Amino acid sequence: MPFNWDLVWSSFVPIVTGAVTGTIPLTLASFVLGLALALLVALMRLSRTAVVSGAARFYVSVIRGTPLLVQLFVIFYGLPSLGVKLDPWPSAIIAFSLNVGGYAAEVIRAAILSVPKGQWEAGHTIGMSKGQALRRIILPQAARVSVPPLSNTFISLVKDTSLASLILVTELFRNAQQIAAFSQEFMVLYLEAALVYWVICLALSTGQSALEKRLDRYVAH
Amino acid sequence: MSPTSQPGDRGVDKATRAAAPQARPVLSVRNLAKAFGSNVVLRDIDLDVRRGNVVALIGPSGSGKTTVLRSLNGLETPDAGTVTFADTATGTDLALDFSAKVSKKNVSDLRDRSAMVFQHYNLFPHMTVLENVIEGPVQVQKRKRAEAIADAEKLLARVGLSDKRDAYPFELSGGQQQRVGIVRALALKPQLLLFDEPTSALDPELVGEVLGVIQELAEEGWTMVIVTHELAFARQVADEVIFMDGGVVVERGPAAEVLRAPRQDRTRQFVRRLLHEF
Repeated sequence: MPFNWDLVWSSFVPIVTGAVTGTIPLTLASFVLGLALALLVALMRLSRTAVVSGAARFYVSVIRGTPLLVQLFVIFYGLPSLGVKLDPWPSAIIAFSLNVGGYAAEVIRAAILSVPKGQWEAGHTIGMSKGQALRRIILPQAARVSVPPLSNTFISLVKDTSLASLILVTELFRNAQQIAAFSQEFMVLYLEAALVYWVICLALSTGQSALEKRLDRYVAH
Repeated sequence: MSPTSQPGDRGVDKATRAAAPQARPVLSVRNLAKAFGSNVVLRDIDLDVRRGNVVALIGPSGSGKTTVLRSLNGLETPDAGTVTFADTATGTDLALDFSAKVSKKNVSDLRDRSAMVFQHYNLFPHMTVLENVIEGPVQVQKRKRAEAIADAEKLLARVGLSDKRDAYPFELSGGQQQRVGIVRALALKPQLLLFDEPTSALDPELVGEVLGVIQELAEEGWTMVIVTHELAFARQVADEVIFMDGGVVVERGPAAEVLRAPRQDRTRQFVRRLLHEF
């Protein structure tokens, strides 16, 4: 079977458009919201109040213990039966944010705990409140520790957004699927989609290295 | 270094102060007690520190001396006892009674009056030397940044670290880091400086540079409480030495008396052991 190069070129534009208008904004929005949620959940997990840390623990357990696809379906196909009808995009962003929130919360919690206790004390001794010490002293140091694992979460998220095609979000993979169904050239289209995901992830890995380097400037080598 | 240039001395040099009839102590601790679970670390500790005086807390590890120091900075919460700061400026004392629940505001006021120098420096690794020093003045005390920088530069010059102002802590030796730790404490303009074994983590050849700085501060009239194992240093700088063991004060008095002619057996043993260590 000759490789259909014409189809590769003609499908390139819709697939990349799907990445630019679907995959990438979906990833960014979900990651930013997910991180904010994760920070909140991490702080709740570290709370001394049992109810608060228990609630956070429960949330993390549910998110990590159920498939992302099922979470997506519960929100998009399940919620309407409770009278909550959400469009594909909001459904996808909610599901992915909640998912990132669960995984990243554990990363952030571990990163906060990795900062020596003496740093909190030094913050307190110069008069800082807990919140001030967290913001000015602890989180900047925790950020450095959490960049590699959070980059993992981020890169996984890029690929996981392909699941949104199953709740009708127009993104990279859904465009590839539609052209494949139409042209019956499944191998060509799915390899092409894979290649575009890979390129996006390569770019992110490069970004990760640069960020790590920047954050490492105050650490002995 | 001018002997009257720092806020700690309130413009009175040591000789004048010694001659003047002693006012109330600036810091009074009464009946301080603390247990971690069933492990009693402090029982009934009393402590008075007069303005411009240096008090050295000595004793074997586990004797509770560090816990006393940390209690003065709100890093530990005692189970009972009182800590009182005389406030000559406003006339209103700050009194904390740990037998009852102490409010956050009170702990924060307590911290405002003192600054701690840690055994392991605890500099902020993600900030330069200058940023470490101005963090408290700018972020907490809300002083003008330019003013805080000018002060910080003066203090860094005093301890010989002007050329390190833009270095990160990891680029400094232990002795340099600890001098930055001292400057960070001084920059807060506290009434009381607390030192928690400031030279214990240092290589022996770096101990001198840090003790030298502390001694200069003592001569300038800063009020200080120092937990230390350096007995020769304690004898030199301390007005009063307090020997603790097993969570109680075993002996206290003028440095020369306690260290040279201890009255208690336990003190004698401890002093002899440390002096004969080398």
